[in-house]
Amino acid sequence: MSKEGTGEEVEIVLAELPDDELVEQMHDDMYDGLADEIAEGTRILLERSWGADRVLQEALVGGMNAVGKDFRDGILFVPEVLLAANAMKAGMEILRPILADTGVKPVGKIVIGTVKGDIHDIGKNLVGMMMEGAGFEVVDLGINTPVEDYLSALEEHRPDILGLSALLTTTMPYMKVVIDAMVQEGVRGNHVVMVGGAPLNEEFGREIGADAYCRDAATAVEMAKKLLAPRSAGIAASS
Amino acid sequence: MTSRTPKLLLIACGALAGEIAALRRLGGWEHVELDCLPAKLHATPEAIPEAVRAKLESARDRYDRVCVAYTDCGTVGRLDEVLAEYGAVRLPGAHCYELFAGAERFAALHEAEPGTFYLTDFLARHFDRLVIQGLSLDRYPELLPHYFGNYRRVVHLAQRDSPALRARARECARRLGLAFESRPVGLGPFERALAAAGVGCRRAEGTPA
Repeated sequence: MSKEGTGEEVEIVLAELPDDELVEQMHDDMYDGLADEIAEGTRILLERSWGADRVLQEALVGGMNAVGKDFRDGILFVPEVLLAANAMKAGMEILRPILADTGVKPVGKIVIGTVKGDIHDIGKNLVGMMMEGAGFEVVDLGINTPVEDYLSALEEHRPDILGLSALLTTTMPYMKVVIDAMVQEGVRGNHVVMVGGAPLNEEFGREIGADAYCRDAATAVEMAKKLLAPRSAGIAASS
Repeated sequence: MTSRTPKLLLIACGALAGEIAALRRLGGWEHVELDCLPAKLHATPEAIPEAVRAKLESARDRYDRVCVAYTDCGTVGRLDEVLAEYGAVRLPGAHCYELFAGAERFAALHEAEPGTFYLTDFLARHFDRLVIQGLSLDRYPELLPHYFGNYRRVVHLAQRDSPALRARARECARRLGLAFESRPVGLGPFERALAAAGVGCRRAEGTPA
């Protein structure tokens, strides 16, 4: 790392930074896709008695949100986002078992998968990671997912949300096959359906009967929270 | 009295230019004028409709007919909206692999293995620029599994019977860590797709089927 304006190489020792500067440095490291540094920063914050959830929200999700914003604004591109996601994953792997032990109730559950005929999962994986970061339980069905697998996953996991992903114009119509099957099975009303993928748009989402089209992972998280709010309110009122 | 052959403008993706030029030469399509857009638009399909619109606009009233040598190419109908404004037509299908293989054969290939990365002759020749550099794998080789981890094979839809090109395509597959298959498709399916859009009317002798 070089000191600004001097070109002089300065070694930053993460463990010597106060909390606020460490978090800020982790955001920079996330932006630069430095997985080892993110893992180290995560461990340091945990050693300083930060709760896993606080590390997740402030250091990891905060950093990834900045990446997402610059991706949306055309400042960063897919390779940089992938490197940042790798870095976030390194932190998440440390936090996941700790979070699981805390027994905190997830804010919701999402089943997610790339539709049949499509093997692209970069977007889906980003959404899954950001949803997990936002406190959702994520069940990932993987790629090339046939309608039967979606239906049995809905029955088995009873998620709040079903997320459908596709990259190809030739496979995106399969999302309608899944939604139509949900209607036919009488389960469409039980789940929020969110769709996403490079060739999709809002109009397509509406046409196939989805509840929301999400243009990127950060939007997916915002949308999931927004769409689940009435449900949560309903549950609270009835309990 | 002399009759004039109607002038046809073919606005084409640069990735198809070599094959179109070969067919034009073989078929004697002197009335067809070729104007190409950069092949790299393939990576940003959202930019294709407006790039085509600019070409259509500058060609306005100068040709009897305009055909656009693009398929839908990931524009999700937006290219068709532009073409409708200008009364232009495009080639059938969702992408150029389908043009070269033929719709049925391509569907069978995809059905057999959705994790197939397709190479045309053009892509095999420009693999470094369009794939390796296009995906920034030259700068971040560690991203290879992210992009290609779910792929199983490379299929080279060979338009030309060229051992050198086949070797190059095989090398592309090796660099991606994928199995390799060569499927000679010739120019027949592509020529038929052009003919369906009203470009070219006779098969020239020696055109590979």
